[in-house]
Amino acid sequence: MTDALDADRETANGLEDLRFTVNGAARRVSVPPGKRLSRVLREDLGLPGTKVGCDAGDCGACTILLDGRQACACLVPAAQADGAEIRTVEGLAQDGALDRLQEAFLKHGAAQCGICTPGMLMAATDLLARCDRPTADEAMDALGGVLCRCTGYQKIVEAVLDAAGNGPAPPADADGTAAVGARLARLDGAAKLDGSEPYGADVWPADCLHLRVVRSPYAHATFTIGALDEVYARWPGLHRILTAADIPGQNGFGIYPTIKDQPVLADGRTLYRGDAVCALIGDAATIDALTDAELPIEWTEEPAVLDVHAALDPASPPLHPRLEEHNVLIRGRVRAGEAETALADSAHRAEGRFQTAFVEHAYIEPEAGYAVRVGDRVHVYACTQAPYMDLEEVANVLGFEQERVRIVPTACGGGFGGKLDVSLQPILAVAAWLTDRPVRCVYDRPDSMRSSTKRHPARIDAALGADEAGRLTALRLHADFDTGAYASWGPTVAGRVPVHATGPYRVPQVLATSAAIHTNAPPSGAFRGFGVPQGAIAVESLMDDLAERLEADPLELRLRNALRAGDRTATGQVIEHSVGMAACLEAVRPAWTDWRAEAEAANRAAEAEGSPTRRGVGVGCMWYGCGNTSMSNPSHMRVAVDRRGRITLYNGAVDIGQGTYTIMPQICAETLGVPVSEIRQVTGDTDATPDAGKTSASRQTFVSGRAVKEAAEALLAEIRRRANAGPDAAIRFEDGAILAIEDGVEKRIALADLPEGADGAVLEGFGRFDPPTTGLDADGQGVPYATYGFAAQIAEVEVDVELGTVTPIRLLAAHDVGRAVNPTLVEGQIHGGVAQGLGLALMEEYIPGRTENLHDYLIPTFGDMPTIECILIEDPEPEGPYGAKGIGEPALVPTAPAILGAIRHATGAVIREVPALPHRVLAAIEAARAGGR
Amino acid sequence: MTETVHHRPHRLDEALALLAERPLTVLAGGTDHFPARVGPRPPEGVLDISALTALRGVREEPEAYVLGARTTWTDVIEADLPPWFDALKQAAREVGGVQIQNRGTLAGNLCNASPAADGTPCLLAADAEVELASRAGTRRLALADFLTGYRATARRPDELLTAIRLPKPANPARSRFVKLGARRYLVISIAMVAATLEGAADGSVAAARIAVGACSATAQRLPALEAALIGRPCAPGLGALVEPAHLAALSPIGDVRASAAYRVHAARVLTARALETLAGGAPRAASGPTASGPTASGRAA
Repeated sequence: MTDALDADRETANGLEDLRFTVNGAARRVSVPPGKRLSRVLREDLGLPGTKVGCDAGDCGACTILLDGRQACACLVPAAQADGAEIRTVEGLAQDGALDRLQEAFLKHGAAQCGICTPGMLMAATDLLARCDRPTADEAMDALGGVLCRCTGYQKIVEAVLDAAGNGPAPPADADGTAAVGARLARLDGAAKLDGSEPYGADVWPADCLHLRVVRSPYAHATFTIGALDEVYARWPGLHRILTAADIPGQNGFGIYPTIKDQPVLADGRTLYRGDAVCALIGDAATIDALTDAELPIEWTEEPAVLDVHAALDPASPPLHPRLEEHNVLIRGRVRAGEAETALADSAHRAEGRFQTAFVEHAYIEPEAGYAVRVGDRVHVYACTQAPYMDLEEVANVLGFEQERVRIVPTACGGGFGGKLDVSLQPILAVAAWLTDRPVRCVYDRPDSMRSSTKRHPARIDAALGADEAGRLTALRLHADFDTGAYASWGPTVAGRVPVHATGPYRVPQVLATSAAIHTNAPPSGAFRGFGVPQGAIAVESLMDDLAERLEADPLELRLRNALRAGDRTATGQVIEHSVGMAACLEAVRPAWTDWRAEAEAANRAAEAEGSPTRRGVGVGCMWYGCGNTSMSNPSHMRVAVDRRGRITLYNGAVDIGQGTYTIMPQICAETLGVPVSEIRQVTGDTDATPDAGKTSASRQTFVSGRAVKEAAEALLAEIRRRANAGPDAAIRFEDGAILAIEDGVEKRIALADLPEGADGAVLEGFGRFDPPTTGLDADGQGVPYATYGFAAQIAEVEVDVELGTVTPIRLLAAHDVGRAVNPTLVEGQIHGGVAQGLGLALMEEYIPGRTENLHDYLIPTFGDMPTIECILIEDPEPEGPYGAKGIGEPALVPTAPAILGAIRHATGAVIREVPALPHRVLAAIEAARAGGR
Repeated sequence: MTETVHHRPHRLDEALALLAERPLTVLAGGTDHFPARVGPRPPEGVLDISALTALRGVREEPEAYVLGARTTWTDVIEADLPPWFDALKQAAREVGGVQIQNRGTLAGNLCNASPAADGTPCLLAADAEVELASRAGTRRLALADFLTGYRATARRPDELLTAIRLPKPANPARSRFVKLGARRYLVISIAMVAATLEGAADGSVAAARIAVGACSATAQRLPALEAALIGRPCAPGLGALVEPAHLAALSPIGDVRASAAYRVHAARVLTARALETLAGGAPRAASGPTASGPTASGRAA
């Protein structure tokens, strides 16, 4: 049917000619009139700076200006843009120069992964066009429709206010020449601000086919796929449907080399809602229109195991017959002394059961990428945290030797552990190999949420004892983790949690156990902290219980028991260096005292006035081992010099927003004694950069950073050797030459005379670092980590005791990072970790089938964040580069305990199930009033 | 039908002619339309009313204010309106982010008929009516009669909602909207309340209209409470008159956002607070995720 009234604008094939102005230039497109404007911009006009995070107006990543007002381009049908004036992020920079907002974002560190940045910039541009000197509240209202998962929003607000001349500039470096320790703006920042940074969905070959994965609608089901001839006949644009039978190699992947239990495409049985069933490959229009209902899949729903309690019941269906214990993937254990006896003998005991939920990573960039067959090899371009692990998985699924696979990470729009597992890489590689065509896949938001890993829900039973003097005596803790349908990182979580069970405290008698238990839920995997945040909620709450029993100050109780250098941990490890726990607590203590007193005074006044508002201040502490638990996890780095004297760092430590593409050059420059601007970089490409391991476990600064230092030192050693100079000779890099200066004598290496090696290198240094650890015995005894991060955070909240709502007001975070290689980036990690810890504490709960989008699944917005102040404690770690250790995960761990402690201080309510949604908080307040727990 | 058809007429009669031919999905700002169509989608017929420019804007008539069907939340925020519109303006500032406010329409919010639609309690508390036009003519329906159930309305497939009419109150009136959610911005309500009070010359309540959203399949007025308030002094303490029995009309569900019992409790607290604020009592609500939305000043003009 044709609309006669608009017939003149319509072409024969349902397209319509539309004209509008984009960034000042007149543009004309012929597109379906109902096509989302976001896709028109990205696909038809070549402007991928406008990002797509949800297609539902929930995330704001696609915010553009439409006739001068901010709009989500994903909610605008193309026809409505006819005649309009459109501005996108690509229109902000003029002649290659960033505008004042972009500059401010860069200087303040307001862009981390950068995927939300275009939306933030456009919303802020709208604000600044309407308001000369906005306040922080006005900025938050104007930008409140854009979600960020990395920054915790504070630096974004600061950047907007600075750009508007209504806020301070960022702190400057005291020493302008330093490399390590400098507040250097991220080196990949400009591309994230002008829209040119290519993320997984931003680049694709023109002739590519498109792929969509069809997923199980049931938690547990069997299925058969009928004859496909009719589907092919009805859909001429459908190129091929892949099923399990098409997988050339092993139809399975998984983090552990011996547990490849997750099928690329399920073979007749699905174990969770979201399990991949088949893959549709075809032209874009076909893939956009072909719904699951068109496919001849016969489903038989099977009884599903939906929680760990049911899973442990021997009568429940076994998910994986290979397991020795019914539905138990693995158990973890650390034992030191006789915890049970010691608890019985303790003057004070606190115990409880704690429950946490599935938590979704909610990176704003859904999984995306493409694969190409190149001769007898396959190249995969996709967002990832772990290119070399992807390489191994893809090769295994293809049945190839690893040399035949190349992984090129695109920019990664957030990961947080969720992009450690492969997602679309194996199926894309298979599709490209079998069709001999480039094949692209972009998950939509529900696809991403349904299929990807989650934080493990934990059910924790714990008891903690103390003597009359408030010294901890014993801990017994058992954590059952819902590890979902497949193994993923379940063993890591089950192993890491018992090791960290005591928190950063001296506890002489410990029995800490765990189990990762399969259910018909999404696979639980790696999420910032590997289970430690869940454990901290339990143990920190028990610390608050003990403080009450002892009538002790919660902070002083923690300080009395804080691990110190020379102490022995529950695994028997004596930690000699970089144990800044007490320093962190001492750093927050003055504010703690003031805030507690202010809150208590405010509550007395509120009570007198009959106001329902109560304030409270809580503290959370944490320790966190950097790197893999008792397992080798080396990083390799290469630094090369070419004939012109140019230095290149081959940096495979993938930057997912945290800043490894800035940190590593800083360390390299410091070691070589050159400005950071002298370091060129080749990043993340398994054909070009050595294996720097995965971006996880807070290991990159510590492990890969040390490897960079080793590589740079190896280069210096090679230079000294060539110059026949001693180890103390100073090295100077010049144009085309390197000087070794010793005892006032200059020895010159003319680079042009040297033979060229790989990539034009004439001199190079390789570095490798693998943190020194040992295995753990059956009682978990050994050295699981080479170093630990420590932190204390205090949070103030306001609780509405009539509604149970909680508003975080301010938070002070003291973190022992060994050495802050880049304080701005460290603060960024802390801010973002606090935001995710706050989400864990107050609002985040993933429920399969119910919260598969970003309006039912809530993450913190601009308005939910407290003001955050950071104190960086630098107790140097001798194994780390210039003393540095990790911060990524430590940032998140103490936040939820601090918030829950603050709720308790404000109201007496003890929260043992998170998220602390208003109805749960209100119930806890009522229970506290009734005198019960 | 094998292809998506997207009609975008420029005149109302053209739009009604298309609707008379066959059912079409009506699309205005797209803020509910596209979120319901994430992922592969079958073809459908769409009536895009964005070119019906005559339907946009707020018009004052002798007896009523009329909001054209294409009036956006931002249009309401920026319009110069009497104080009894305050609730609607407050709700407008809490619908999604500014992006949504700029594009989403109040009429679309009503037609989508979500139990958590932010505009509905405010419009119920304003005694609003809707105008439904078709080739057969135009009819008016009280909003409460228009909303027939969970995501269901009395609109016939051949009808287009063309306007929302808010009758002018008989007495000086003020209104207030409070929304409770688990976060500050971009949040779907756990419960929300809109209250309009008309004041008599002696300072007592001449009329009260109170509606609660997200606590039933459709937002509900609280007639028992409204009756109980008439004649009471419009002064601090008014909120204390809210009794559990006044909320008997609510039938909330428990879901991912809150339990059913909590919703009823919250509705009572929010109602009391809305009344207390209107009566000039001390503002008692905490800031943050509850009961007070983005600041008015944030929509810098």
